Amino acid sequence: MRTRPFLGVVVWLVAGFLTIPTLFLIPMSLSGGTTFQFPPDTWSLRWYENLVQASEWRDAVFVSLQVAAFATPLAVVIGTCAAFGLVRLGKRLRALGTAAFSAPLIVPNILIALALYGTFLRLGLSGTLLGLVLGQTALAVPFVLIAVLARLQGYDRSLTTAGLSLGATPATVFRTVTFPLILPGIVAGGVFAFVASFDELVIALLLQGPGNVTLPVQMFNAVVEAADPTISAASTVLVVVVSAVVLLVQFGWMNRKRQGAGGKA
Amino acid sequence: MTAVLQAGRPAAVRARTTERASGSRLATLILLVPAIVACGLLFVYPLVRIVVVSVTEPSLGLDNYLSLFTDGYTLRVLLRTLLVALGVAVLDLIMAYPFALAMTVCGPRTRAILFTIVLIPFWTSALAKNFGWMILFQRNGLVDRFLSGTFGIDYPLLGTTPAVLIAMTQVLLPFAVLPLYARLDQIDRRLLDAAQGLGATRLRAFRQIYLPLSMPGVVASGVLVFILSLGFYVTPALLGSPQQTLIAQLIMARVEQVLDFAGANAIGIFLLIVTMAMLLLSRQVSERAARRQARPPGGGGPGAAAGLPKGAMP
Repeated sequence: MRTRPFLGVVVWLVAGFLTIPTLFLIPMSLSGGTTFQFPPDTWSLRWYENLVQASEWRDAVFVSLQVAAFATPLAVVIGTCAAFGLVRLGKRLRALGTAAFSAPLIVPNILIALALYGTFLRLGLSGTLLGLVLGQTALAVPFVLIAVLARLQGYDRSLTTAGLSLGATPATVFRTVTFPLILPGIVAGGVFAFVASFDELVIALLLQGPGNVTLPVQMFNAVVEAADPTISAASTVLVVVVSAVVLLVQFGWMNRKRQGAGGKA
Repeated sequence: MTAVLQAGRPAAVRARTTERASGSRLATLILLVPAIVACGLLFVYPLVRIVVVSVTEPSLGLDNYLSLFTDGYTLRVLLRTLLVALGVAVLDLIMAYPFALAMTVCGPRTRAILFTIVLIPFWTSALAKNFGWMILFQRNGLVDRFLSGTFGIDYPLLGTTPAVLIAMTQVLLPFAVLPLYARLDQIDRRLLDAAQGLGATRLRAFRQIYLPLSMPGVVASGVLVFILSLGFYVTPALLGSPQQTLIAQLIMARVEQVLDFAGANAIGIFLLIVTMAMLLLSRQVSERAARRQARPPGGGGPGAAAGLPKGAMP
């Protein structure tokens, strides 16, 4: 990029546009006032205190974690099984099945939410934890399916044949050869599913019930209805956690690469 | 271990080959059943029900759809939504292209930094990002004071369509950068050197070689962002206003405030049809682009370099 100064300027402008607006959350969350006034007149940690102590915020975090904790394994199992099933099919059936199972990605979320709401109302699932879990699962399955399928399509089947011809049982081959090679896809899909269901708003908004308010819904209501500055503390915590994880993964990856290169030299 | 397994399945001894074939077909089916059930119960059935409700309530017929076109309001909302989505897609492509391009030509350290800069907002809660914009755009907020203080413009952005456009552009930018980068990273940059070696200027080499090769990525990213913004709810709900509503807000308002399910369903199906039409259109465009690239003899892909016009020769 050193030879292209113009490109450099554009890139850092775009980088600023991507990151800077979110940074204003941090000083906002340290406000001592009860409004969204920025910059704040006084400073305090009261909104962090409220985030931990107020029951509606604590419950919302708990509900969100609960929903994600149930929906993620469910989506991982369904999506992974489907991916393994799809690669066993012929080319045309596989393409058809993949398209059908990943259709929720193309349909606007708002329509899926509307459809689930209508159906769950009739089944008495609206306002229940089970309803939220099932709704988030429906959205999350395609993420897992696509991640695992991508990994499986790169999988060399002669490895299975080699394992079997060396006398291993199919179960052993799966446990010691296939599964470890596919695992990164399952993990990637699972992480995606977890974050997607933890962060999902529209379905959770329609399916909410007393005692079943997720964190995104609570945050949404904090702005639209209550003007509750606790949302700035909640947002900051989410941003910090995400940034820490991303930085950790990126730096861990770079270090491992550098070590690998050093080992070779 | 093998013996135990086979003893447990005496049938396998009888007709091994046919048994194995049908056994593996059964296994395939068992693997697919959970997804089929989930897809059927949580996706197909609810969607079909939406269609049925939209044409049977309150009375049998297409009244709910007809009123979309005749109420003089829904069409305006749809047009505004399409324009905002188009604006977001174009702005995101303009920003994502140089960014993704830079990611392919910079050193590994800078690339790791740029990746981090895209991935953090990608994984960050949409509500947090939109709330950040709300703080900036609010009355007497930083942007408002800057605009009125420096330029004398009194235009509080919060509650306007431009605010929605700007915020949605930022929220969806990672979704444009990542697929575009995947495509640009596959382009063989030696083709550019070859073109310049043959006398083309850098701009010309970019325009005639790099840009056409990058088109599939541009279309994919643009369509992804466009479709995501068509049904986007968080940003317009937080930064827009009921006076300048987008279609997702309209659907939610019908359900939550008016309890008009049939009407909301009709708008939802209408939105789905528009989305599908856009998808088909984009597929045609990219297929045509691919065919144009494949035209020079020697096939498509890198062979497109052979399509350098004679004028490029010194």
